[in-house]
Order: sequence, then structure tokens, then C-alpha cells
Amino acid sequence: MDRELSVREQIAYGALGLVSLIGFWSLLSVTGLVPRQFLPAPWEMMERFIVLLSTKFAGFTLPQHLWSSFQRYAYGVLLAALIGIPLGLMMGWFRWLDDIVTPMFDGLRFIAPIAWVPFAALWFGTGIGGPIMIIFAGAFPPCLINAYRGAKFVEPRLIEAARMLGTGHFRMITEILLPASVPSIVSGLRVSAGLGWQSLVGAELIVASAGVGFMMVQAQGVVSTTTVMAGMLAIGLVGMLIDVLLRQGEAVIRRKRGLE
Amino acid sequence: MASIRFDNVQKYFGQGPKAIRVLQDINLEVKDKEFVAIVGPSGCGKTTCLRLVAGFEQVNEGTVSVSGKTVTEPGPDRAVVFQQFALFPWKTVRENIDLGLRNKNAPSAERTERIARVLKLMNLESHADAFPHQLSGGMQQRVAIARAYVLDPEVLLMDEPFGALDAQTRVVMQEELVRLSRTIPRTVLFITHAVEEAVYLADRVAIMTRRPGRIKEVLDIKTVREAENWDRFQKIEDVMDLDSFVHLRTQIWKSLREEKDAHVV
Repeated sequence: MDRELSVREQIAYGALGLVSLIGFWSLLSVTGLVPRQFLPAPWEMMERFIVLLSTKFAGFTLPQHLWSSFQRYAYGVLLAALIGIPLGLMMGWFRWLDDIVTPMFDGLRFIAPIAWVPFAALWFGTGIGGPIMIIFAGAFPPCLINAYRGAKFVEPRLIEAARMLGTGHFRMITEILLPASVPSIVSGLRVSAGLGWQSLVGAELIVASAGVGFMMVQAQGVVSTTTVMAGMLAIGLVGMLIDVLLRQGEAVIRRKRGLE
Repeated sequence: MASIRFDNVQKYFGQGPKAIRVLQDINLEVKDKEFVAIVGPSGCGKTTCLRLVAGFEQVNEGTVSVSGKTVTEPGPDRAVVFQQFALFPWKTVRENIDLGLRNKNAPSAERTERIARVLKLMNLESHADAFPHQLSGGMQQRVAIARAYVLDPEVLLMDEPFGALDAQTRVVMQEELVRLSRTIPRTVLFITHAVEEAVYLADRVAIMTRRPGRIKEVLDIKTVREAENWDRFQKIEDVMDLDSFVHLRTQIWKSLREEKDAHVV
């Protein structure tokens, strides 16, 4: 990498990027290069965003939509973690399990979460199961892969030490592989959380009652592009917030472990 | 009665025509409560010998047995002390020492008592709840030795245990190990490339050749040590000053140097 930058420089460059984006965007909509209805100006989006905080659209206010989205999202990611992490760790220990699951998993994981929408609709209708399944499809692979890699790359000496101490399979997974993989698992969770949140809109295309994605689909129906954009803003902000929180968690774990 | 036996052990790395012979015709016995050190140039296969006894690797020919049983896999009857300590970073000192006892399903009261005893023995009492990364290298290796000793293993396998320590700490640990192995004798196989360390610690020293490793000669140290009463000294430098020590050291050095010269020619 190039030379280190001071904090002030980092902030300045970050601001430069954002200002350029907003400037270019404003220019496009103010000059009418893109019709207003297709691309609202940034301040129109902000205005709509603030209005939606307290005004109902498609039955609920924006925070209410966000809350119901977040619940589905949390279920989906939690399910992915609860299945993906133990399975990944076990695959990292039992070779036979690795041989059974890996080909199947490699075949499925390149299918984008959104491709499951028709099946989610068929299997679950408009119930909560459908969106959870889509979010799960997005969040599951990084959970599994990172737990698996974490378990595979445990320092061989530690495994040898555990074996010479007479450690059985169960304890090997729960007390050696799992804690050794925590840094890898947490970065996997961060990716999962991101991908799960990204899959949200796709998931909510098939939900009929509430959620940010649902709100945006409804807004599209009445060509309220400012509402769609306010939804995008909300998704972006919440996504960033989740990432920041998980980063903090990761840093705490690394510090506790003496890695930093 | 715990003993280690190598019978005509051959070991290769790799397979087929590309296989590299690492150990050739290894025959060695470590008797009950005997401390045997293997010295040799780096890459000679001395660590491989230890790993065969530990069960981390398997022989290609011959047998390695502990107390008459052929070794097939690792187990708590053969405790290993590694050069890089290999402590579990997420476990406290106490938890590191406890794992082997828990695996044996020892009752809680017995575990507490045995851990307390070994902590005292290794001067670790005040660090029982510390994590490994909070301790110095010497302290970490004490924990690793405690973790091995607490299991009361039939044999103790030490793979250059002091190789990663600084010179001063190393001396302290060597003196402690002598104290430990005189008070609680164990059957020990000790790997090192430091000649003084081998002479100071061991009852017998086996000298290995360059790859493919063979055992060139085995020197009896114990007879000399007891005849000259080395144990009357507390400090390693006093022992190292004795003519009898210097003589043995020189003998091993010469033997190792022949190896080196033979290799260069």
C-alpha cells in the first residue's frame, strides 16, 4: 500500500468522495439531464425520508417497516449462523462430512438468493417463511465457509496438543476448533449480515404486508421514486450500522484474544 | 514400569521413488524413569523420533512401543511438551492444565487438588487465572510442562522445550527441570540440538547422524554424574565447569563435528 494517511486526510478524502457523488447526482437532476421523476434530487430524497419517519406509507411509517424487515432479517441470519457455524466446524473436523457436503454446497452456493424467490413463494406463500428462506440463502454460505476455514486452519500444534491430552471429538470441536475459529467466524458473520441485509428487498418482493422492500415495491407501483429512494437510504444506513456494530464486536474479540 | 522402545524403525517422507528416507535402523530403549536426550544436527530426524512416540506420525517399518504397547495414535499416557508451547490461547493457565484431567473424567475435587499441586510445583500459583499471552515465554513453557506433568503420564516427550526461550530463562528452566526430574523421576525422551543441555539433563545421550538419521552412539552420562556427584551443585554453570562435564561435552561435540565434516566432504 501507499503511505499512511493521517486521520484528517482520511476524513477529507472520504468527504470528497461523498460530495462528488452527491454533486454529480444533483447536477443530473437539476439540469434535467435525467427527468426528475426518474431521478429525484438528493434533497428531495432527504425530505421524503424525514416525512416517512412519521407518516404512514403502505400502511406503516418507515421505522415500522424497518422493524418488521429487521425481524425477518434477524431470523434469517440467526438461522444461517445456527446451522452454518456448527456444520462448518464439523466439516473441518470430520473428513467424511466434508466429502458429503462440499460438492452439494459448491453446487448450490452460486445460485443468487433472489433466484429462490419463486420457490419461496410456492412453498411458504406470503408467510414469514419465504423471506427468511431468501435471507438465509444469502447469509448461509459465509457462515459455513468461514467456520469451515477457521476449523481447517487451526494451528496444527494446538490440535496435536489437544489430541495428546486425550480430547474426544465433541470437545475438540467445541473447545478447540470453535474458539480457535472465532476470529474467522466473526468475519464470516459480518459478511453474512451484509449479504442477508442485501437479500432483504428481494425477500420482501413476496411479502404482502410490511417491510422496507414491500414499501419500495408499493412505491414503485405508484411511481413515487422519492419513496423508493428513501427506502434505499434506510437500507444503506441500517446496513452500515449493522456493519459498524459487528466490526466493534470483532475488535473486542481480537483484543481479548491478544491478537492486537 | 514405563519404557519407550524403537525397534528397527525406518521412516520415509513422501511415497514411491520420490520418498526421502528420514530415519534408518533406529534402535533405542528408554528405560523406566530414565531421562534420555537425543542430540543431532538440524533436520536429522530427531523430532520425527519424538513424533513417532507421540503417535503424531507412523513408522514405515519397525515398531515404536511404550511399555510394550505399539503406538498407533496420540494419547494422554504420552504427554508432549512442544517447543512452541502450544497452549490454548483462549483458556486460562488453570483451564489449560485442566483439559487433560477433564478428558480423563477425573472427579472435580481430585482435579482441583492435582492442579493446585502442579501449580505449586511449577511456581505458577499466582498466574492460575492468567491467559497465556499475558505470560512470558518461560512462564508459558512452565504451564506446558505443568499441563504434561499433571496427567502423571507414563512417559514425557519434550521437543526442544527451551529452544524458543532467551538464554537466561533457558538456564533457569534447565535447572528447574533437573530439580523436577530428580524429585519426581519420569521416563523422559528429550530432543535438543544444545549439547550442554543434553549433558546437563540426561542420564544418557543418543547422538544422531545427518539425514537419513541413524543413532551413531549412546553416551552414558548418569554413571559419570553420580560418580562425580554433580547434583551437589545448584547452578548449571558450576556443573559446566567440572572436568567430567567438559570431557563429555567435548566428546559429543567431536562426534557431531565428524558428521558435519563428513557431510561437507
